[in-house]
Amino acid sequence: MGKIYSKKAQASKNLKPKKEVVSFLLNYSKALTVVKIDDKNFEIIAN
Amino acid sequence: MADLHTPDALLVKNYVDGSEVALATLIKRHESKIYGFIYSKIADRDISNDIFQDTFIKVIKTLKSNSYNEEGKFLPWVMRISHNLIVDHFRKTKKMPMYRETEEFSIFSIMSDDALTIEGKMIVDQVEIDLKKLIEELPEDQKEVLVMRMYQDMSFKEISEVTGVSINTALGRMRYALMNLRKIIEKHQIILTN
Repeated sequence: MGKIYSKKAQASKNLKPKKEVVSFLLNYSKALTVVKIDDKNFEIIAN
Repeated sequence: MADLHTPDALLVKNYVDGSEVALATLIKRHESKIYGFIYSKIADRDISNDIFQDTFIKVIKTLKSNSYNEEGKFLPWVMRISHNLIVDHFRKTKKMPMYRETEEFSIFSIMSDDALTIEGKMIVDQVEIDLKKLIEELPEDQKEVLVMRMYQDMSFKEISEVTGVSINTALGRMRYALMNLRKIIEKHQIILTN
C-alpha cells in the first residue's frame, strides 16, 4: 500500500513561557513569606 | 497530590494553605493561554516572558498575603493583571511599541510602501498618453473647456471669461465633452485601466 500523504492542519503555535521563568516563579514562591503587621504587608524572601 | 482535574478555586485555596504544588499545577494549566495572550499583544518572546513573570509575581504576592477573594474567577483575574502590565509596558515605550526586527517577524508585515510600482507607474503614464490622444478627437470648443478645467484647474467662471461665453455655455460644453469622450472610448474599444 502506498504512503498516504496528508496535509497536516496548521496547528496554532503552542506558545509557552520559558521553563526558566516558570522555575523562577516556583522558587520565588517557595522562598516568599508575607507577614501582615498592623495593616502592612512585609515580604520576606528566605535565602 | 494536586490533580489536573482539581478546580482552580480549590488549587488556589490549597496554595494559600501552603501547597507549592498547587501553584505549579495552576501555572502549568494556564501558562499557554496567558503567555499566548501576552505574546499576541507584545510580539516579542523576551518581553512576553518578562510580563508573564511579573504577572505571576503579583499573583503570588496577592495570594500569599491572603488578599485574594476567591470568586471562581482565577484565570480572568490573572489575565487582567497581565493585560494591565501590557498597558504599562506600552505606556513606558511611549504608546508606540518599538518594533525590532526579529526572526519572528519583519517590520514590513506592519509597514507597507504605498508608492506605485514601476509597472503601475508605466500604466498610469500610458493611460495619460492615450487619454490625451482621445481628447484631441473632440470638437475644438469642447476640447478647450475640458483642457482648461481638467489640466489647468480653472473654475467655470474663469473659463467663461477667457472663452467669452456664459458660464452655462461653458458648463454645457464640458458636459458634451465628457459624453463624447465616452463615445470615443467606446468607438475605439479602448480599456483605460489605472
